[in-house]
Amino acid sequence: MRRHLDILLPVVVLLGVFALAQTLPTAQLRQLTEFLIFLALALNWNLLAGYAGLISVGQQAFVGIGAYTLYVGTALMGWPILAAVGLSAVVAAVFAMVVFPVLFRLRGPQFAIGSWVLAEMCLLAVANTEKLGAGTGIGLPIKIARAMGSSRADREMFIFLVVLALVVIIFIGSVLFLRSRAGYGLLAMRDDEGAAESVGVSPVPLKMGVYVATAAITGAIGAAVLLFKLRVTPGSAFSLIDWTAFVIFIVIIGGQGRIWGPVLGAVLFFGLRNTLADFGALYLILLGAIAVLIMVASPSGLSGLIEGFIAKWRVPPQERKL
Amino acid sequence: MSIETILIQGLMLGGLYALLATGLSLVFGVMRLVNLSHGDFVVLSAYLALLVVQGTLAPLWLAFACVLPVMMGLGYVLQRGVFNRLLEGDPMRPLLATFGLSIIVQNALLLGFAADTQLLPSGDLAFRALGIAGLSVGVLPLITFGVAIAVIAGLNWLLYHTRLGRNLRAASDDPAILDAFGVSNRHMFAVASALAFATMCIAGILMAMRSNFDPFIGPGRLLIAFEVVIIGGLGSFWGMLWGGILLGLAQVIGAAIDPGLQFLAGHLAFFVMLMLRPKGLFPRVDHG
Repeated sequence: MRRHLDILLPVVVLLGVFALAQTLPTAQLRQLTEFLIFLALALNWNLLAGYAGLISVGQQAFVGIGAYTLYVGTALMGWPILAAVGLSAVVAAVFAMVVFPVLFRLRGPQFAIGSWVLAEMCLLAVANTEKLGAGTGIGLPIKIARAMGSSRADREMFIFLVVLALVVIIFIGSVLFLRSRAGYGLLAMRDDEGAAESVGVSPVPLKMGVYVATAAITGAIGAAVLLFKLRVTPGSAFSLIDWTAFVIFIVIIGGQGRIWGPVLGAVLFFGLRNTLADFGALYLILLGAIAVLIMVASPSGLSGLIEGFIAKWRVPPQERKL
Repeated sequence: MSIETILIQGLMLGGLYALLATGLSLVFGVMRLVNLSHGDFVVLSAYLALLVVQGTLAPLWLAFACVLPVMMGLGYVLQRGVFNRLLEGDPMRPLLATFGLSIIVQNALLLGFAADTQLLPSGDLAFRALGIAGLSVGVLPLITFGVAIAVIAGLNWLLYHTRLGRNLRAASDDPAILDAFGVSNRHMFAVASALAFATMCIAGILMAMRSNFDPFIGPGRLLIAFEVVIIGGLGSFWGMLWGGILLGLAQVIGAAIDPGLQFLAGHLAFFVMLMLRPKGLFPRVDHG
């Protein structure tokens, strides 16, 4: 039963989200879409850092690449929107494949800053390219915005469905992956890399696989970000704060290395944001302080605390694997 | 620009970059801690100096003398209160905690000083130049370069020729043994952190005299410091000087081609060096 629950529960929840979206007015639907964008990024980062141990501070590189690829695909090459979203995923994945061997020479914490340097490079390269609007950025032509739907409500629904589809792919994909042979290898590696290697798990291809797969999804999310915003600059498409810092907070608060952590974190993050965003800098200071506090006191975040609480009452204690 | 000018400018810029990197290298070398808020504390020192200069009209050297002990104290307290609690277990913890700290410092600076760009007033020092062998060399870059060499030489002397340095190296090699000999490794780590903050303070004030700064330039300084550490390698502080010069040269050459390419050229040089010499110019030697 438990095996099926891990798949069934998200399906039921996402069906509920889909039904809810049909009843929402446009402004609220936009909020829901934004929530799902952050949830998708958080699920991705969780897989990367919480499971594969690849702490990347440079995921904004793939969001930016995805957004700009969508622009090239639709506005410059005339592809249909959904095909261009696919192209964004492919371009991000290929880029990830090329850079991973170099980046992976940096271990642990150094990998984090290396990935950040790479994202800065992407930002600077785009900001110096006239064809991509240089520093002033790019806007999606009206013709392409119209292709998403004839009315504003239709367009918002189209973007929502694209993002929802991505969340479904990530959620189901990561549950299935973590249950596969490779997934168990990854979990074993997370717990003890040396021991995992000694029983035949080879870390490099596994880590590269996770890095490339999450890059593809993040690229597709980047494409959705351009659909959502209609206009991006190098600074907003490759934003460290938006696409990595907030995402890291979501995962830390919710609890890394747990499949439900990012969901819990995203709900809390949006709750906090909607009540405190008016405070600007103070709000960000609060987020930073929460992150420091959780890392010092309870690295497994809120879901870790909840699990600890449940484990106290359950006899005998059962270990959850996902 | 003539080739000589490019070379001398790159060299001088390298001095500043070496200064930016020594603190990061020291902290990583002794505690294996990568501090993502490194650049933000560099910027914080610049703002504290600005506060003293504007508040009391004191000369800059006096402001520096006031800010230095404050930053060293902050380094000591942060290490004992926060970083020391993060050293064991998951390597993700110190990384994410210092990332949170970075966001805190940036936004606290924004609240305290607004987003305006600032410059530390240095009289006419920033404009004076010396003629050396037919080339014009800025006095401030020259002072910065000299300070970088002095700081690195000083740290080397401290680490390899004093009792404190011996304890610091012991804390790096085997903290538990050090504890057994009656020297608190937590205290040693905090001393290393205070020393690192001292170098960050020196780098921050020299940097703020020559170029504009605002609350959000910290991460950019962190990336430069990090690139210098990786290019230079973790085996010797002199590696920081070579790494800094290499990065400085790459940036100046990039800027000479097109002003928009300065930082891109620096990052590119970093990745090329990472491919050619993944362990840096002066790799750490493990004594086992």
